[in-house]
Amino acid sequence: MYDLIVIGAGPAGLSAALTACEKGLKKILVIERDKEMGGILNQCIHNGFGLHLFKEELTGPEFAGRFIEKIKETDVEIMLDTMVMDLDENKNVYILNTRGYQKIAAKAIILAMGCRERTRGAIATPGDRGSGVYTAGAAQRYMNMNGYSVGSKVVILGSGDIGLIMARRMTLEGAKVLACVEINSYSSGLRRNIKQCLEDFDIPLYYSHTITDIKCTNNRVSKVIISRVDEKYNVIEGSEIEIPCDTVLLSIGLIPENELSKAAGIIIDERTKGPVVFENMETSVEGIFCCGNVVQVHDLADNVALEAKKAALAACKYVSEESSFERIIEVKANKPISYTVPQKIHLPIEEKLIDVSFRTNRVLGNCVIKVADSGGNVISRYKREYVIPGELEKIKVPVSLIRNEQNNITIFIEED
Amino acid sequence: MIELICIGCPKGCKLLVDENNNYSVTGHSCQIGVEYGRSKILNPTRVLTTIVRIENAIHNSLPVKSSKPLPKDKLIEAAKALKNVVVKAPVKTNEIIVKNILDTGIDIIATRDM
Repeated sequence: MYDLIVIGAGPAGLSAALTACEKGLKKILVIERDKEMGGILNQCIHNGFGLHLFKEELTGPEFAGRFIEKIKETDVEIMLDTMVMDLDENKNVYILNTRGYQKIAAKAIILAMGCRERTRGAIATPGDRGSGVYTAGAAQRYMNMNGYSVGSKVVILGSGDIGLIMARRMTLEGAKVLACVEINSYSSGLRRNIKQCLEDFDIPLYYSHTITDIKCTNNRVSKVIISRVDEKYNVIEGSEIEIPCDTVLLSIGLIPENELSKAAGIIIDERTKGPVVFENMETSVEGIFCCGNVVQVHDLADNVALEAKKAALAACKYVSEESSFERIIEVKANKPISYTVPQKIHLPIEEKLIDVSFRTNRVLGNCVIKVADSGGNVISRYKREYVIPGELEKIKVPVSLIRNEQNNITIFIEED
Repeated sequence: MIELICIGCPKGCKLLVDENNNYSVTGHSCQIGVEYGRSKILNPTRVLTTIVRIENAIHNSLPVKSSKPLPKDKLIEAAKALKNVVVKAPVKTNEIIVKNILDTGIDIIATRDM
């Protein structure tokens, strides 16, 4: 019987395992389906990682390397090339690897499976079904790890960070990136990536546009048609632009990967597609915690690693002592806030401030984020110059101000 | 006035650089913004991150970077120069892969063990 099993050896899983180990937890196992640790960071060869955590700018592999080196010095057991097939609410983990099928158990579990990319099917892009259409992350792996050339004339659909990073990457590899096409009137990527990945190389970004047709010749992409859309995403007739190309990269969003969570009976939030979590990253199943992109899609690996620490501390506490909470506060969100993490808070707790993160579904200028208790009394407020969907917003909520008779808090935004 | 987005960290501050006033910077949240704003106008540079071929390793490609930021207009040329570089495993993080790329005085180094 393990004290803790961590599923996934990316930034979330490694950070969680290290923290649990530092806190003195003894029998820790990390399970990873890939043949090495590091997760998605291994293919994110660009820099920009670690500014918060290590106070220096690292590439993805360097960032992962910091954790991998540390974990190799500990007694944490790492099981590579191993797929978790099933998980149940009693914290039994069913695994498959070259040694066969096994059932193992732990006192606590941390889910750190990350997320996966949305595909062409998810947005039903019309057109021919030839080769040359990749998700941006798949293309990134082919290019950065397998050393394949992905294409030479490229159109990128979506302006998420991976798409922007790939625009620069393909340009450096000698490809011509002809356009980045974004259906919204704003980007879902970080502003600095628009600057250093598109503008640096004079790559045009078409806002309020989408791909309305993909044409293939000899079974390979030969051109795309892009069209302007209105505010309701209806295609505007007559706005078509034809772009000859051989490759289409899709950067159209990520979905937390929660098949195992669902198997264990964990309640999933339909908004985040990740588990409903408490302030300590515990899921609806006692003793199963989660962190990183399996919970919600983060902007920064640094924040994933920090969230993982929180989950690990809670898991350590769970293993060593009885839980003693008396009641649960629900965290509600009003539009344009799309969701919050956590969705629930245990009370009473030691901490006076609780981190709450959220995204909005549109761009806001000068505004005030407010938190009200169920009686409608505003208990805290936070000024912001802007809030944009592409950047995860964070506030610290003073739970100490939530009075006993309250059963929920609501987060909302007032624009100036 | 030249408007810039600082890329020093993910915050992405909107900087204003006054080219008529000794390139003074406003809109920054920290010193990185001041330095970025000035150098961006006077001498734009970027860290190059790319790959080189590697043999006898777990993958076909080894991730590398420039040990310091390169002049922005040399990025594509430098990436091109690295296309024919082949190394053999094992390689350690920070190991120099190409010394003095394009005579810039800057090295290309490995960013992981492989």
